[in-house]
Amino acid sequence: MEKSKEWPLWEVFIRSKQGLNHKHVGSLRASDSTMAIKNARDVYTRRAEGISIWVVPSNNITASDPNKEDSLFEPSQSKVYRHPTFYDVPDGISHM
Amino acid sequence: MTEKQALYKYLLRMGDDSLILGQRLSELCGHGPILEEDIALTNISLDLIGQATLLLEYAGESAPEKKTNDELAYLRIEKEYVNALLVEQPNGHFGDTIMRQFLFDAYRKPLLEQLLDSTDKRLAGIAEKALKETKYHLRHSSEWIIRLGDGTQESHQRIQNSLEALLRYAYELFFENEVDELLIAQGIIPAANSIFPIWEKTLHDVFEEATLLLPKNKWKFQGGREGRHSEHMGYLLAEMQYMQRTYPNMEW
Amino acid sequence: MMKVDIQDLEKKFQDRIDQDIKIEPNDWMPDAYRKTLIRQISQHAHSEVVGMLPEGNWITRAPNLRRKAVLLAKVQDEAGHGLYLYSAAETLGADREQTIDDLHSGKAKYSSIFNYPTLSWADMGAIGWLVDGAAIMNQVPLCRCSYGPYARAMIRVCKEESFHQRQGFEIMTKLASGTTEQKEMAQDALNRFWWPALMMFGPSDADSSHTEQSMRWKIKRHTNDELRQMFVDVTVPQAESIGLTVPDQDIKWNESKQGYDYGPIDWDEFWQVVGGNGPCNKERVETRKKAKENGKWVVEAAMAFTEKRNSKKSA
Repeated sequence: MEKSKEWPLWEVFIRSKQGLNHKHVGSLRASDSTMAIKNARDVYTRRAEGISIWVVPSNNITASDPNKEDSLFEPSQSKVYRHPTFYDVPDGISHM
Repeated sequence: MTEKQALYKYLLRMGDDSLILGQRLSELCGHGPILEEDIALTNISLDLIGQATLLLEYAGESAPEKKTNDELAYLRIEKEYVNALLVEQPNGHFGDTIMRQFLFDAYRKPLLEQLLDSTDKRLAGIAEKALKETKYHLRHSSEWIIRLGDGTQESHQRIQNSLEALLRYAYELFFENEVDELLIAQGIIPAANSIFPIWEKTLHDVFEEATLLLPKNKWKFQGGREGRHSEHMGYLLAEMQYMQRTYPNMEW
Repeated sequence: MMKVDIQDLEKKFQDRIDQDIKIEPNDWMPDAYRKTLIRQISQHAHSEVVGMLPEGNWITRAPNLRRKAVLLAKVQDEAGHGLYLYSAAETLGADREQTIDDLHSGKAKYSSIFNYPTLSWADMGAIGWLVDGAAIMNQVPLCRCSYGPYARAMIRVCKEESFHQRQGFEIMTKLASGTTEQKEMAQDALNRFWWPALMMFGPSDADSSHTEQSMRWKIKRHTNDELRQMFVDVTVPQAESIGLTVPDQDIKWNESKQGYDYGPIDWDEFWQVVGGNGPCNKERVETRKKAKENGKWVVEAAMAFTEKRNSKKSA
């Protein structure tokens, strides 16, 4: 059989409930973004897992190079003051 | 005819439309053109079977002798099914399946919208649930009609042919008789002439974008609503009823 | 790249695995690791998709509305699972269409259980109970597989599959407590699916060529025979509890190993079915091929439509 043009690949991100970030759940094939959203609904929210869907053409995603991850992530790891556990909170103070 | 008798007959029509179309679509599970679409069609089938379950349950309670939804779904003879001829038509190719779905969705959505105001609260409740599903079905089928109509030459020709073949079954969806008269008067169901223009407009808009032409011939086939079906119906029922007929009075 | 470098990379790679650090798509990995995963994940995906057919065979004949809806939802889940798995395989560079074409040409395999016919409604029970039961045994350890996308796909699959086995067992329970005809139907289904279900775990450890390496890479966590034993141990009492008998005269509780002994598996049959000579191999692959061929014009039309719209937009 002659090979026909494949539908592009899309990455799917789902917000499972209000207040949470969209989270990557997987990918699928669709001919355009409208169809990609619809297919994402059918494929990834069959059990009402989401309230909002993002789709992104997979080839539009730029990923960091894991071989250089030392230089990419090392600086932030040394900035411990960004992490909340760096700080001592006096006893009796809650909800912080 | 009493109001209850009329309601029973009307619920059967709606229930049978859902049941038979759901049955048709369920034949395709595992055979869709691409995995994503297989899942989408199965979703629609599941929604329709769910709607049939509720509608036939209500019908069974309104029946002259009470029946369960399963008895109604599985144990009537062909002449007692009152679905429109459109929904029993075979799946054909994907274009046929989608065209059948579109013609039906475009009618079902405005019907359900108007049933929200029904004086029969239970029916209004079923309509509310079904409407959410049907809006989505209509979006799905319209988008596909447009894609296929304005896709390749081959897809355009195929979907145009599907339209020619199926449109003549669709007018029967607006069938009315004394059942409707009585229920319309009671504010239980809307009149067909309040749905028909909306259906026509949906067709017009979608076909225009899909570059499809409405057939000039407005000849219509009908009979399903009165229990006169096409030859396809007997086979569909033989398959669907196989277990209940082969092993009577058993629970599964 | 120099040989020393590769050895160094391989060592680092194995170190990560030993520390239970997940491997992600862009990480360096040995070619053989990638190939093994592609083979395993795509086989798994094919099994989900071909696995829709034997059950799909009974959707239109399901005996009541509830059973019809449940079966439909279950088979649909399998399509979804196939998709998650194809997605996972694509992260390794395995193009989905190419992978599917390999299935259609007979180059790629899938679980041989799906080459057995479904002859009665009770088979829907037996498949849910035994086949999904065996699949879950296989899949739960895969949730901890070293390859991130595969492990994550399996977590989704396992979460969704919990109802599959239950609905199967429920069907069997109902039949086993029903009329004589129903009980016979249930026993017959168990008779036909028992041995093929045991074969689902693959050849015995002595004949399994990939096991050792796969375990070192933490793609696999248990051997085939270990999983098979676990399956027998949980399933035999389940059969007894509903009054059905496993079709194996050698089944006997072994106190010292705290498990059941079971009779010899017919490996000739297994290899024949894997090799294409099962009762339904041809039909299954033909059906999938036909679905793709019949859908070709649809796929092309959608693409053509998108291209037209895009060029209109940019014009």
